[in-house]
Amino acid sequence: MATPVKVYGPPLSTAVSRVLACLLEKDVNFQLISVNMSKGEHKAPDFLKIQPFGQVPAFQDEEISLFESRAICRYICDKHADKGNRGLYGTNPLVKASIDQWLEAEGQNFNPPSSVLVFQLAFAPRMKIKQDPAVIKQNEEKLGKVLDVYEKRLGESRFLAGDEFSLADLSHLPNTHYLVSVTDRGELFTSRKNVGRWWGEISGRDSWKKVVEMQNQGS
Amino acid sequence: MKAGAHKQEPFLSLNPFGQVPAFEHGDLKVFESRAITQYIALEFSEKGTQLISPGSKSMATLSVWMEVEAHQYDPAASKLAWEQFYKPLYGMVTDTAAVEENEAKLAKVLDIYETRLSQSKYLAGDGFSLADMHHIPVTQILVGTQTKKLFESRPHVNAWVADITARPAYYKVLAMQKQ
Repeated sequence: MATPVKVYGPPLSTAVSRVLACLLEKDVNFQLISVNMSKGEHKAPDFLKIQPFGQVPAFQDEEISLFESRAICRYICDKHADKGNRGLYGTNPLVKASIDQWLEAEGQNFNPPSSVLVFQLAFAPRMKIKQDPAVIKQNEEKLGKVLDVYEKRLGESRFLAGDEFSLADLSHLPNTHYLVSVTDRGELFTSRKNVGRWWGEISGRDSWKKVVEMQNQGS
Repeated sequence: MKAGAHKQEPFLSLNPFGQVPAFEHGDLKVFESRAITQYIALEFSEKGTQLISPGSKSMATLSVWMEVEAHQYDPAASKLAWEQFYKPLYGMVTDTAAVEENEAKLAKVLDIYETRLSQSKYLAGDGFSLADMHHIPVTQILVGTQTKKLFESRPHVNAWVADITARPAYYKVLAMQKQ
């Protein structure tokens, strides 16, 4: 059995949970190493060696050390192509291009407004940081426009990149989970018929349920 | 785009977000510039410059620095380009506070680039790759603004910026822009 890969960071972090979901989909054994961010461990010199931006996650296997959750996910899919969910990142260049397209859409269009909302609505209260209503409103509007595009797309296609669940859908799980389960803005997703249907499908996957369990265990 | 063609059909069927670029190759349609460039680099890997090295390990390193460009560099850099280059072009007023804020953010990112580029000639290794290439358009613009001081004060970054903005392929792009 291969040595477990190492993932550094708390499972509550959206970017960390993105990597965990991918590892679980691909059936790749991993060891989760805690990084206590409230104590500033992510800015410690030893950690900065593996993640120079002082963020989570970081990742190591026997060959390489990586950061940036979407790069880590791509690597996992590439290296372990034959394990677990084989189609997660496509099995030919055309499918891969479509997945990459929606992975970029997630990173460039979906992530900015949704992560601001996750921070403002889910994390700021816990951290006793004051919420900014103007910022919330602005980002709700932006996210609404993105979800209108998704609504149309998901009326034509079962998943974002095609008929199969892919890394592009997976990449949306962390932020959406917080917005739907922890904040009162879930109706951004659930009021849109196709988006709601898609969210139900992708969040019901065993891999994501395991990640949520890890988050709730507070590990 | 002045006439809003990017927000209507038939363009929306090429890019449902109503943004540019969109790309077609045979039956394949792709949007998101970084997905397009990756497809081109993979599909035409035997032509022109090697922008992508095969093998999961070097692909992974490339992937890391492509994500860094997208999530760390571009947000601040494109705001600076917007404030200092595009706004004046459209007769709008530059927000100096926004420039200051984003220069501070970009400076922190460039400190990390400075360390990286002292260990490695290009971001993902010894050869020019997609990761470097993705930086060119916005960097080309910033070099013509006061933000260039952030590059000039960091020797390795400065050398790298000079290198990537002098590539013949990009001169061709600039010539197309002038048309």
